[in-house]
Order: sequence, then structure tokens, then C-alpha cells
Amino acid sequence: MSTTANQKAGFGSTLWEYLTTVDHKKIAILYLIGGLFFFLLGGLQAMLIRIQLISPDNEFISAQFYNELMTMHGTTMIFLAAMPLLFALMNAVLPLQIGARDVAFPFVNALGFWLFFFGGIFLNVSWFAGGAPDVGWTAYAPLSIFSEGHGVDYYAIGLQISGFGTLMAGINFIVTVINMRAPGMSFMRMPLFTWTSFIASVLILFAFPALTVGLFLLTFDRLFGGNFFDPEMGGNVIIWEHLFWIFGHPEVYILILPAFGVFSEIIPTFSKKRLFGYSSMVFATVLIAFLGFMVWAHHMFTVGLGPIANSIFAVATMAIAVPTGIKIFNWLFTMWGGNIRLTSPMVFALAFIPTFTIGGITGVMLASAAADFQYHDSYFVVAHFHYVIVGGVVLGIFAGLIYWWPKMFGTMLNEKLNHWFFWLFFIGFNLTFFVQHFLGLMGMPRRYWKFLPDQGLDLFNLISTIGAFFMAAGTIVFLYNVIVTQLKGEKVSGDPWDARTLEWGIPSPPPFYNFKQEPLVRGLDPLWVEKRQGNGKIQPAEPLGDIHMPNNSFAPFMLSLGLFIAAFGVVYQGSMWVLAAIGFAITAGSMLYRSMKDDLGYHIHKEDLEKEGDGSNG
Amino acid sequence: MADDMLKSGNLPENPERATLEGRNKFLGFWFFLGGETVLFASLFGTYLALRNSTVDGPSSQELFGLGLVFLMTVILLTSSLTSVYAMYHMKNNDFKKMQLWLGITVVLGLAFLGLEIYEFVHYVHDYEFGYTTSAFSTAFYTLVGFHGAHVAFGLAWIISLMVRNAKRGLNLYNAPKFYVASLYWHFIDVVWVFIFTVVYLMGVVL
Amino acid sequence: MVNTNSSNQKKHFYKKKHRDQMKHQVLTFAMMIAFTIIAFGLAMADVSPMFTVPIILILAAVQVLFQLYYFMHMNEEGHQWPSVMIYSGIFAAFLTILALTTIVWW
Repeated sequence: MSTTANQKAGFGSTLWEYLTTVDHKKIAILYLIGGLFFFLLGGLQAMLIRIQLISPDNEFISAQFYNELMTMHGTTMIFLAAMPLLFALMNAVLPLQIGARDVAFPFVNALGFWLFFFGGIFLNVSWFAGGAPDVGWTAYAPLSIFSEGHGVDYYAIGLQISGFGTLMAGINFIVTVINMRAPGMSFMRMPLFTWTSFIASVLILFAFPALTVGLFLLTFDRLFGGNFFDPEMGGNVIIWEHLFWIFGHPEVYILILPAFGVFSEIIPTFSKKRLFGYSSMVFATVLIAFLGFMVWAHHMFTVGLGPIANSIFAVATMAIAVPTGIKIFNWLFTMWGGNIRLTSPMVFALAFIPTFTIGGITGVMLASAAADFQYHDSYFVVAHFHYVIVGGVVLGIFAGLIYWWPKMFGTMLNEKLNHWFFWLFFIGFNLTFFVQHFLGLMGMPRRYWKFLPDQGLDLFNLISTIGAFFMAAGTIVFLYNVIVTQLKGEKVSGDPWDARTLEWGIPSPPPFYNFKQEPLVRGLDPLWVEKRQGNGKIQPAEPLGDIHMPNNSFAPFMLSLGLFIAAFGVVYQGSMWVLAAIGFAITAGSMLYRSMKDDLGYHIHKEDLEKEGDGSNG
Repeated sequence: MADDMLKSGNLPENPERATLEGRNKFLGFWFFLGGETVLFASLFGTYLALRNSTVDGPSSQELFGLGLVFLMTVILLTSSLTSVYAMYHMKNNDFKKMQLWLGITVVLGLAFLGLEIYEFVHYVHDYEFGYTTSAFSTAFYTLVGFHGAHVAFGLAWIISLMVRNAKRGLNLYNAPKFYVASLYWHFIDVVWVFIFTVVYLMGVVL
Repeated sequence: MVNTNSSNQKKHFYKKKHRDQMKHQVLTFAMMIAFTIIAFGLAMADVSPMFTVPIILILAAVQVLFQLYYFMHMNEEGHQWPSVMIYSGIFAAFLTILALTTIVWW
């Protein structure tokens, strides 16, 4: 597995390399491909929804298909697009930012990807097996209990499998940040993207188990005759809502915090100033995470939990606006007096600030429990969460992808096309969702298959659909850009943006061992410190020596494949239990293989390293 | 360096944390247990919300016999102590004694699991208290069953570690594995402490 | 020979240290068994549940702390991060149980 072999690999060996890789940079590319695939799928579903709602009383698709589409759009975008795309960025960048040669658990990292992948595929098999889930992405009981067919079974088990993967990825990043930092990289010198990914991973650790249990209860109720959510047998449907939102609300912060981190990298780089209020940014991140665990019931104001509970959760929700506001002002002050370059990632960042602020303001509006009775389940809510998730997370993901694309692939996306992508997407986004605020205030409920004519809803729905086409066009421009750029394959230097953090101090794409010598970190924004006070190159913290690397393994793929096969057995039962037995046997066998076999990795020898470049960005 | 990992004998003071891999495993597993805390909390919360929803089925007062539960508790607590002994001998670099104490732990764990299975069978046959009888029964079997599944997994884990390393002794490569498995076993005990208190004792009292 | 001597001394020192620790562990175990007996005794005795329930919950909490701090060695150095994460987990667990026992809208 030397670097020369990599350059001339045929298709078969490249495929095998990616199926067995434990290299975080390759796993990042896998997450990117998987995440983009599901992003396009979710986008396609959104387009069908918007086409159905282009005019009143439309018969473009059936009501049942509409329900399946809106369920799968939400589920896909949250679990199978946004999360993996963020994991792509984390895998690509986080270890490099802290000067690590690898993540803490390379094997588990690979396993996390394959579990996500097979879980997502399993969920989407439902389209071809009698219908996708049709109960909304929140799958509220008792609707989800009594939903016919196997759609919801696919939902519960598919998300369960990919949820395991997410949990593993989260633990991996927490330990990586704690144990693998380079000499001098203290916690308060970590780049903000690393900080926010770290905190998001902590949230994953504590939020996902609630979803795990919720999905198990749903599975047991549907497939094994359990009574958790069946009121006739003494069950209680509110338990599902609590478990879902105990997970679901931190999930929102799991998504948005890394996006905050991306912008906290981009804004200083293109303002040529260090981040304003670094320590308050860190503090605000931790505070958001802490408060984020105490607000979930604001999704349940209309359930009837009583005025005391509603008040507590309303106040806690509003409190989150404080640390978020701190962040907004810190970004503005970073730009203040800076030498601003309007590159495309910076344009994304500039657009993000007002867009996200609008989403935040409607968030505070929704947090007033009394007013929420009016907004609840209307298009106002749809507009709100698309402003934070598209205007925050999606803009963050694309800004991050464009910003780190050179680091991931060694090529540079065409800036002109990036700007085209931005303007099409941004204008389309505002057209689509800004008017939905008013649709909601006019009383249009969300998740409805059609609306009636002459109720004042026609025009805004038409505008909304037109906006969706703009967004689709923008996405196509981005994809075109990616294909053209990769086909051209024009290489750029290791530091094309004149950036500040450690990952830009090494070649692009980085060698598979990342750092030839462990870097010595001499301050916040280490590369910038060296550019100002040194020779512009990261100083080594150790003499050149052998580097220890982990071995590739096929076990993560097999382990996940086993669960994928077993899942069919669990859903269909009867004679299909054979499948479950085979699947679980494959999984158990892979686990056993992994623990029985000594895997000590291998060493790259000093002599081989000497032949390669000096390991700097030059 | 790689060969040193598999050499047994002459280990440092804390062999489980002597290598970077070991330190990673150690932290990662503790964090996993932090997540497991929330997992079991969700199950406990569900159980507490449904504990009185017996519909027509038997209630907790009619079902639970404290004698059996006390026996199970003492067995599991003892197995926790024996795995402490195993780790004590690991730190003293005495592989044989470590294996012995792990073996005792496994036997106690098997006894616990056997009693739990007996208990479930007893409820199903003598009280017609099945998984689908009521919301209470579903919640009870799910919570206690999740714990039982953890016990079973822990047993499989410890046994496979013992068998795999039987002939080669303790080294820096497997010491973290043994240590982490023992942490898992203690955590199972932590959960049981709450199960016997919240499910059984409160089930009899309230 | 000086070298082996000092390493022998070190070994001896650690052995003694481990033995002392083990004494604590056995003591901890004895207390856990005692707590268990008290808890079962209270549950079987004819005492008001208003009294019994808080007491057995406190006994359980103390037992768990014993497990964490002694059996799982959380009292030793190098356990700051495990403590942070376990207490964060307990915090999230507490909120979860509180919600599911109080606001499930009967």
C-alpha cells in the first residue's frame, strides 16, 4: 500500500481499497459520496412535493405517495444527507486540524460509515417493497403503530442500523480530540471546527441512545406484539414523543454546531483576522450543547403537558438565543475592519448570517408556548426549520465542501460556477421558504397533500415551487462543477486560500500518513503564526522516524452487511427468519474474526519517508 | 515496537493504559458507558411510566418474589467483586490467577442468567404474564431483558477473550481488552442495582 | 544488579499498593451487600412506602457510586474525562426519567 501503487491502481483495486479502507481521508470521501447521493434523492422527493403543491387541488401524485414522499424527504435529509455530509467534513479535516496522523479508532470509523450506508439503503429498499414509511419523519405513535404495510418497519430498523453507525462515529471523534492532539495543540488552541465537531459528538453520545430505545420500542410494538404505544393495552403514546424529541432536539444542534464551526474557519481566513472572541465562541458552543438537552418539549407544547412544563421549556428555549447571539456578533466583529475577500465560501458565510438569524428569530417566536398553539403544525414551522437547516446547515456544508475541496482532492472547484451555484441556490431558497412563513400564518397546515383554491394560498405556493426549481438548478451547477473539476484534475498547492490552520500546512491531498513528522503547534491558528513569525512552514516536534499505521479491513463491510441481511428477516419473519439467522451469523462472525485476529498495523520506514517530499504545503 | 505489544511479562503499572491504543480504548469505552446510561434511563423511564398499566394482567405485587431476586442480586454483586479480583491479578501481572477469577465471574454470570430465564419462564407459565399481556408486561420484559442481553453479551465477550488468550498470557495488546471487558461487567452490575431497586423492590412496595 | 534490585523494589511496592487497594475493594463489597440486605429488609418489612422508597433509592445511588469509584476505579488519577462523561450521562438520564415520570399526560 505505498503511494506509488495508489496512483496507478485499476478500478478493481481502487474499489477494494475503498471497501476495506480505514483511512479517515478515504472514509471522508465515502461519506461524501453517500451523503451527496442521499441529498439528491431527498431533493428529488422535495421537488415532487413542490410540484404537487404548485396549484390548488392538484392531482400530480396520489395522497399515499405524497405521505411517503414527505416522510422520506425529512428522514433522508436529516439522517442520510446532512449527518453524513458533516461526517465527511469532520473525517476529512478534524484529524488534520489537530495534527493527528489518524483517528483514535480507524476500524470503528470505517464501521460507522458502513452501518450508516447499509441502514440508509435498507430504509430506501422500502420503496420497492410495498411502499415507504408514510407517517412523517417523526413517526408519532399511534399512527406509526397502526400504519399498514412494512414501511414503518423499514424506517425503525433502517434508522436503528444507521444510528449505531452514528454513535460509533461520535465516540471516535471525542476520543480522537482528547487523545490524539499534536504537541502544543492545547484545547484552547483548537480550531473552532474541531471544537464544534467535538461538542456535536458529545451530543451524539447522549442523544442517540434515546432514539435507539425509541426505535426498539416501535419495532417491538409493530413486530413482536408489544404494547408500549397501544392505548387499549395500557400503552402511552406520549412516551414516543418524549424519546423522539429527547433525541430530536439535540440532533438539531448536532447538525448546526459543525456548520457554525465551518463558518468560524471561513470568516477569519477570508477576513485576514483571527476569530473575534475565540474563548467566548467555545463557551457559547458548550452552553448551546448544555441548554440543547433541556428544551425538547417545545416540540410538544400542544400535547397538553400543562402550563408549568410548557413555561419551563419555553424559557429554556429562549435562553439558547443568548449563546447563539454571541456567535453571530463574534462573526460580525471578526469581519469588522478585516481585509475581506469575496471568495465563494465567504459569500456563503455572508449569506448564512442573516438567513440563520431569521430562522433564529422565528425560533424564539415558536418558543412562546401560548403563540405556538397558533403556529403549531403550520407552514410557519416548515419555514422556520428550513431557514435554520438549509440556511444554516446546508449552506455550511457546501461552504465547507468548497473550502476544503482542495484539501480533500487537491483540485479547486471553479469559482465562477461556485458563485452561480450560490446565487441560484440562495435566491431559490428564499423564494421557496420565505413565503411559507405567510402561508403558515394564513393557516395552511403542513404535511397536507393538497390545498383548496380561492383561499389566498395559490400565489405563494406557486412562488414557493418556482424557488424550488432555482435550488435544483443551483445543485445541478454544483454537480457539473464537481465533475468538470475532477475530470480536469488540475492540481493546486497545499494552501490555495492563504489560510490559518494546521491542515493547510501539509500537501493537498495529504499523504496517507498525514504528517511526516508530528507538528509543533505554537499558538492559535498555527500556520498563521508560522507565516508571521517563522518561515511559513509548520515546525516538526520530533525527528523523522517510523510511522505506525493501521491495516485495512473488510470486516466493517461484512459486519454491516450482516445486519442489513438480518433486518429483512426481522421485518418479514415467518420463513424469512432464516435470513435473520444468516445475517446475524455473518455479523457475529465478523466481530469474532476482528477480536480473534491480532491486528497490530504496520510501519512506514524512515528510509521510505525520506524519499518523499518535505511534507509541507509547498 | 509491534512485537513488544505481544510480549508477555514485565508489564508497566497500568498495562491497560500503557499504549496509545489502550488509552483510546479505555476512554472510548467509558464514553460508551456514558451513552449506555442514557439508553437505560430511557428504558427505566418507559417502565416507570407504564408500571401501573396492567390492564387485566397480573400486577407487580402479584408477581414478584423477593427471594429469587435477592439471590440473583447477591450472585451478580459477587461476580462484580470477582472481576475486581481478576483485574487485581492483571495489575500484578499474574495471568493464571486472572484467568481463574474471570472463570469464576463467568460461572456466576451464567448462574444469574439461568435464574433470570427461570424467572421469566415461571412468570409466563404460572401467571400467564407474557410479553403481550399488558403495557406493564412489555415494559418489564424489555427493561429486564435488555439487561439480560447485556449479561449474555458480556459473558460471550469475556469467554472469547479467555479462550483467545489462554495460551499466550497477558501483554500490552490484550490487557486493555480485559480491562474494558471488566468495566462492562461492572456497568451491568450498576444497572442491576437500579433494576432490583426500581423494578422489584418498588414493585412490591408501591 | 542495582537495576534489577530497584525494579524488584518497585514491583514489591506496587504489589503492596495493589494489596491495600484490594482490601478497600473487599470492604466496599461488604458494604454493598449490607446495603442490599437493608433495602430488601425494608421492602419486606411493613413500613410506609413514603419512607421506604426514598431510602432504597438513596441506598441504590450510594451502591452505584461505590461501583463507579472503587470497582471501576473512577477515584484513581486519569479518570477526569470518564467522570465528565459519566456525569453528563447521568444528567441526561435524570432529565429523561424526570420527564417520563412527570409529564406523560395521563
